Amino acid sequence: MKKLINDPKNVVNEAVAGFEAAHSDLVRVSHDPIFIVRADAPVAGKVGIVSGGGSGHEPMHGGFVGAGMLDAAVPGAVFTSPTPDPILAATQAVDGGAGVLHIVKNYTGDVLNFETAADLALAEGIEVAAVIINDDVAVKDSLYTAGRRGVAGTVLVEKIAGAAAERGDDLASVARVADKVNSLVRSMGVALTPCVVPHAGEPSFTLADDEIEIGIGIHGEPGRERIKLEPADAIVDRLLGPILTDLPFVSGDRVLLFVNGMGGTPQVELYIVFRRAAEVLAEHGIDIARTLVGNFTTSLEMQGMSISILKLDDELITLWDAPVATAALRWGR
Amino acid sequence: MSPNVTSPNGTSLNGTWAEAWIRECAGVIAEHRAELNTLDRAIGDGDHGENMDRGFQAVVLKLDALPSGSTPGEVLKLVATTLISTVGGASGPLFGTAFLKAAIAVSGADTLHAAATVALLTAARDGIVLRGKAQVGDKTMIDAWTPAVDAAIDSQHAGESVVTLLERAADAAATGALATEPLVAHKGRASYLGERAIGHRDPGAESTTLLLRAAAETAARA
Repeated sequence: MKKLINDPKNVVNEAVAGFEAAHSDLVRVSHDPIFIVRADAPVAGKVGIVSGGGSGHEPMHGGFVGAGMLDAAVPGAVFTSPTPDPILAATQAVDGGAGVLHIVKNYTGDVLNFETAADLALAEGIEVAAVIINDDVAVKDSLYTAGRRGVAGTVLVEKIAGAAAERGDDLASVARVADKVNSLVRSMGVALTPCVVPHAGEPSFTLADDEIEIGIGIHGEPGRERIKLEPADAIVDRLLGPILTDLPFVSGDRVLLFVNGMGGTPQVELYIVFRRAAEVLAEHGIDIARTLVGNFTTSLEMQGMSISILKLDDELITLWDAPVATAALRWGR
Repeated sequence: MSPNVTSPNGTSLNGTWAEAWIRECAGVIAEHRAELNTLDRAIGDGDHGENMDRGFQAVVLKLDALPSGSTPGEVLKLVATTLISTVGGASGPLFGTAFLKAAIAVSGADTLHAAATVALLTAARDGIVLRGKAQVGDKTMIDAWTPAVDAAIDSQHAGESVVTLLERAADAAATGALATEPLVAHKGRASYLGERAIGHRDPGAESTTLLLRAAAETAARA
């Protein structure tokens, strides 16, 4: 497996150093412990928003640090949650006196490490609220699993909660908006190829040349079922079915349609997917009010994509449209 | 500590043993790093050996700076805080909490007899349950820890030596780890797989076995 790396041990450090050099207008970086904060952090009187998780999902989360979105991102080792120490340090660095919201994807490790960090922050006198993102409909949400995973819907939560914090909402209100987005977004993904964690050096699972994995997670976790490769439209239909019936999304709904690349799929294919998804939503009488297409929640070099649909209302549209200035999302100013 | 061959029931474990145990843990985890990664790749994300190895290597560096004459509790507390701050994933908080609760259970004791060793193991297991909320049969490290604790309690009641007690605990953990293979997982990333997790051993149960085996082997040499 060929990779543009120097030493597997230095992948995260060197990538974060490069990110710092490229985006010094937007962010500052702490290297030990490792975290990224917006250049003007802490913003006095504003709720701070901290997210984080294993590396390998870039631009999530560092690419979303900046005005109107995250105050800090805490990258762990590739596909491994960060430990409580850097989460606590990032929380302290962005606390502007109005409390801090932790946005956590629902994986056992992420939840345990963020919980521990929140306990420590509380002991330091910082008010912390947390929202757990679990938008992946591929996983059955039951007492007998770790629950639904947090996947690409996380981007939408971070943007909208970031806008709520930027306009001056208090901690409870920002947490409410984040929870609201999480409750209204549903996602599901597909992998055409596995990905290779740098220090592992071999694929996290194997797929035959003519096989795809439906319901993939963002860490190369196997998904719901393995099937033979089909035309793009058929695959889109397989993902949209469970997404649409889950919330459910119904005729007359206004939605944000988000087609997310897993890292190794070219844009030209993402737009083929978007085309079909838009057709299907139109058939259901669902109005696509906002859109997002691109590689935002990736899984290293995995070929594949996920579709997320967020049910919108006037509040969420206003917050989505609000200005944002980050490395990966930038509009409105 | 001088070996007491004639009266094994009187054997007890001190801070020197605790340090030797943890150094042995670092050694066996490094030795089995690739194997733990392979187990994790089958039903998780393939980094359990990597993360545990990073944590225990950091622990060894901290042990080098620990004052001699430290109690078992002091050694275990150092292990706890280091694992929490270096391992990441779910294993960091889970093993970190295990060592932290174990350290609290034996704090102040210079030497550990059978009862204190049972208290150490029980507190470790209870700490993991508190954080991770897993039960026996969920295909997690608890499937190794709980049989180990039960075996240790039985051994204590039978009046066996602390060395034998730890050997029985390690044996029970190994049996428990093996018994995770036919299970469907109810916690952690493996739970996403449903029936596809069947046939694979839980990596956390396996690393638990390695840690408890290291405890028994260093106790036998103490």
